[in-house]
Amino acid sequence: MNHWLIAPVVLPLFAGALLVLLEKARSRATAGVSLGSTLALLWVAAQLLLQAQTGDVQVYLVGNWQAPWGVALALDRLAALMVLLTALVGLAALVYALGGDDRKGMHFHALLQFQLMGLNGAFLTADLFNLFVFFEVLLAASYGLLLHGASAERLKASVHYVAFNLTGSALFLVAVSLLYALTGTLNMADLAVKLPQLGAENSRLGHAAILLLVVVFAVKAALLPLYFWLPATYAAASAPVAALFAIMTKVGIYAIARVNTLFVTGSGASVAGLLPTALPWLALATLVLAAIGALAAHRLRVLVAYLVVASAGTLLLAIGLGTPATLAAGLFYLVNSTLVACLWFLLADRIAWSRGGDDHLVARRLQHGWGLFGALFMFASVAMAGVPPLAGFIGKALLLQAAGSSAKAAWIVALLLASSLITMVALARAGSVLFWKPAPPAVIHMASPRPAHYAALAGLSVLVLATTVFAGQIQGYVQATAQQMTARQPYIRAVLGAHPVAPAYDVRLEMRERGDLKP
Amino acid sequence: MLLLLSLFVGTLAGCGVWLLLRARTFDTVLGLTLLSYAVNLFIFSMGRIKVAADPIVQKGVLSTLATTADPLPQALVLTAIVISFAMTAVLLGIALRSYQQTGSDHVDGAREDTP
Repeated sequence: MNHWLIAPVVLPLFAGALLVLLEKARSRATAGVSLGSTLALLWVAAQLLLQAQTGDVQVYLVGNWQAPWGVALALDRLAALMVLLTALVGLAALVYALGGDDRKGMHFHALLQFQLMGLNGAFLTADLFNLFVFFEVLLAASYGLLLHGASAERLKASVHYVAFNLTGSALFLVAVSLLYALTGTLNMADLAVKLPQLGAENSRLGHAAILLLVVVFAVKAALLPLYFWLPATYAAASAPVAALFAIMTKVGIYAIARVNTLFVTGSGASVAGLLPTALPWLALATLVLAAIGALAAHRLRVLVAYLVVASAGTLLLAIGLGTPATLAAGLFYLVNSTLVACLWFLLADRIAWSRGGDDHLVARRLQHGWGLFGALFMFASVAMAGVPPLAGFIGKALLLQAAGSSAKAAWIVALLLASSLITMVALARAGSVLFWKPAPPAVIHMASPRPAHYAALAGLSVLVLATTVFAGQIQGYVQATAQQMTARQPYIRAVLGAHPVAPAYDVRLEMRERGDLKP
Repeated sequence: MLLLLSLFVGTLAGCGVWLLLRARTFDTVLGLTLLSYAVNLFIFSMGRIKVAADPIVQKGVLSTLATTADPLPQALVLTAIVISFAMTAVLLGIALRSYQQTGSDHVDGAREDTP
C-alpha cells in the first residue's frame, strides 16, 4: 500500500496543529513552518501527479479495512491534478499573506493549513460520508479565514456564508443517508456498481438523492440559483483568503464531475433522470448572468468574483455535456481559470492598495506601480476573458470544438462567445477607468510594498504563462484524465479490489496464545 | 412507530426552515439547530427502524437487519451531531460579534427600522 496518498492530509494537519501553538507563543518560526509545510505539500503533490500519470488508480485503505466497509482514499489522474492545483494556489496565497496580511488577526497560518487539509481530503477520498467530513473541515477553516481581520462588511458576509453552508451540510447528510438506505454502502465505487441495480420501486428515491447531492455541490460550485452568496463573500474576504477561495468553488465542480461520471452518465442507471438535461442549461444561464453581473459591478473585487462565477459556469457546462472531449476541455480550462482567478484577487488588492485602499471603479490616481499593475491587468484580463494568445483561449476553443457536435451546439457557441465578449467589455471598461481616466492628485498614506506581494504576483504570472507554453502536455494529461473518468471501471476495480495489508504482528493471535482472550 | 418518526422529522424540519427564513440571527441559529435535529433523526431512521435490538453481532445468531440494528447510521449520526454542534457554536460566535458591532441582530446587520 502506498502511504504517500495520506501525506496531503496528514502533513497540513500536523503543521496546522503545530502552528496553533507557535502562533499562540508568537514564535518567529511561524512563517517558516507554514511556508515549509506548504512547499513540502507542493513536492508531495508533484510526486503524486507523476505516480498518477502512469494511469493506475492507487488506493489507500485508511484503517486497513477492505474497501466497501472501511474508508478508502483513491488517487486517480483527476484527484492528483486537483491536489497539485490546491498546493499551488495555497502557496501563492501564503506567500502573498506573508507581506503583512497574516498578522492582521490570530491563527491565519493554522487555518490555512487546515483549509489545505480539508481540500486535499475532499479530492482524495473515495467515501461519500468521508467527503462530507472533509467538506466540513474545509468549511470550518474557511469560516475562520473569512473572518480574518474582521470588518463590519466581513462579519455580515460571514453570517450569510455560514448559515447558507450549514443548510447545505444538512441537505448533504439527507442525500448521503438516502443513498445509504437504498444501497447499504457509502463507498463511491461500490455506489457506482449498486445504483444501476436499483429496483424500479426505488429508482425515484435514488434520483432524488443524486439531485440533492448535486444541489449541495452546486452551492459550493456557484451554479445559477445558488451563486448569490459568492460575490459578496469573495469581495469581503481579505486578498490572500479570496485567492485561496479560488480553489473552493473548484471543490464543488470536482464533486459534481465525480458524481456525474461515476453515478449518472456512464452507468446507464435509471437514477440519471433530470440531471444530464438540466445541468448544461443551468450552467449556460449562470455564465450569461455572471457576465452581466461583471458588467454591472461597481467594485473591482466584485467584478473579479463574477468572473469566478462565469468560469464556474463554463466548467459546469463542460461537465454537464459529459462527453470525454468536453470533460477534457473543461479540465484544461479549470487549471488555467483557477490560477488566473487567484492572480486576479491578489492583483485587485494591490491596485486597491495603490489607490489608497479603495477599489470602486471611479477615477482615482494610482500612487504606485502604474506601469506594472497596468501591464499585469492587461495580462490577467487576456487570460481571464479567453482571448489569444494565452491558455484561457485554448480552453474555450477546445470546449467550443468539443461541444460543436452536441444537440445544443448553436446555443452553447452563441452564449459562450457572447459571455466572453461581455466579460471583455467589462474588463476593458474597468481598466480604462482605473488606469487612464485622469484624476486629481491626492495625498495618501499607505503601507510600504513588500517583496512577498510581488513574489506571489510574479509566481502566479509565470504559472499562467507556463500553462500556455506547456499547453500540449497539459492537454495530453487532461485527455487521459477524461478517458479515465468516463471509463469508470479502472476506478471501481481499483477501489473495490484493494487488499488490506496482512498484519505483521497479529495481536489477537498473541493474546489467544497467552490465554488472555477466550476463543 | 414509522408514522410517529416521520411526523417528528417533518415537524422539526418544517419549523427549522421557517425559522431559518426569518431575518434575525437568533432565529436563524435556532432554525439551523432544529434542522440538524431533523436531519439526525432522518439519518438514524435510514438504518431501518428497529426496537430493542443491539447493533452488535451476537454468538449463535445470524446477524442480519432482521435480528440486529444497523450500527453504521448510529456512527454517522454521532459524527453529524458533533459537527453540527460545533458549527452552530461558530455561527453563534459570529452572530454575537455582529450584534456587538452593529447593535442589531438583523442578518444584514441593519438598524432597527427594518422589521
